[in-house]
Amino acid sequence: MRRLIFAALLAPGLALAAFLPSDRLADPVAEARAQSIGREVRCMVCQGQSIEDSDADLARDLRRIIRERLQAGDDDGSIRGYLQNRYGDFILLRPPFSLATGLLWGTPVLALLFGLFLIRRRRAVVVPAAPLTAEERARLDQLSGQS
Amino acid sequence: MSDLAPRPRRRLLLAAPLGVAALGGLGFWYMLSGLQDGSFNPRGVPSALLGRTPPDFALPPVEGMSHPGLASADLRGLARPVLVNFWASWCVPCIIEHPQLMALQAEGVPIFGISYKDRAEDARQFLSRRGDPFTRLGADPPGRVAIDWGVYGVPETYLLDRQGIIRWRYAGPVTAEIMNEDVKPLLRRHA
Repeated sequence: MRRLIFAALLAPGLALAAFLPSDRLADPVAEARAQSIGREVRCMVCQGQSIEDSDADLARDLRRIIRERLQAGDDDGSIRGYLQNRYGDFILLRPPFSLATGLLWGTPVLALLFGLFLIRRRRAVVVPAAPLTAEERARLDQLSGQS
Repeated sequence: MSDLAPRPRRRLLLAAPLGVAALGGLGFWYMLSGLQDGSFNPRGVPSALLGRTPPDFALPPVEGMSHPGLASADLRGLARPVLVNFWASWCVPCIIEHPQLMALQAEGVPIFGISYKDRAEDARQFLSRRGDPFTRLGADPPGRVAIDWGVYGVPETYLLDRQGIIRWRYAGPVTAEIMNEDVKPLLRRHA
């Protein structure tokens, strides 16, 4: 019973810690959109987290900005552009494809091609077995009982 | 007999993971030694504003201080390069950095301050106790102008050339080494 009461007391606290309800938009559709944008935005303070997951002050400010711009009628791309203009590509958890990030995106393809190249080369190297000499053939026949 | 031919290749393949591990180790060693002497900053994400002029803004002065506020108009057509420093009285690294700013100001370099998410009385108290390196000081209590600059924590310092183009940014407390190795050469180059 005691545990249950404790759990009941803790649960709203956890939700509050991550996100104050006053920051949320009343419209659930707009709020869902804001969250889906926020999940792709890096918290520059903690760096490994998205701003939707972070308690950092700056993350909260950025969540507010996203919601403000959303309500002002900006589309998702221009909200991301707004952040990218200020913080660079690094703020997007999914880096955009560009000349600078080409190698990042291309590495899996390059690795696959390199692997295929290695396999092909290995295959090409296999030397066909030399035919048996008369002596070997005689011995083989003898062993297999076909004399 | 035929399985003898690919042997050296197989040995090479076995050595490949070792080679990768060695390269990785070398990379880590390089990073760690850079961390130790301060030449590598793992949080030092390059500013998106490098080579650009700062965003448009106009900040009021900090209440009760004689310094004028700071606006983007004050950062164009300068007589000499300037430093713009985002700081707060509640920020411990700002205390560490403060003597460096005082020393640079004593050499005649203009330093413009932006008081980030701070109360006017706390900012005043900080400067009257530790010294005031600023020639201008704008107040940004909501931290919105800081976000427009791409600031993600205080202290953060920017160097602007005479045209007002951002040439350098450092996130974290500027140390004596950084002053001597980065800031001063840049100030000379853009003088």
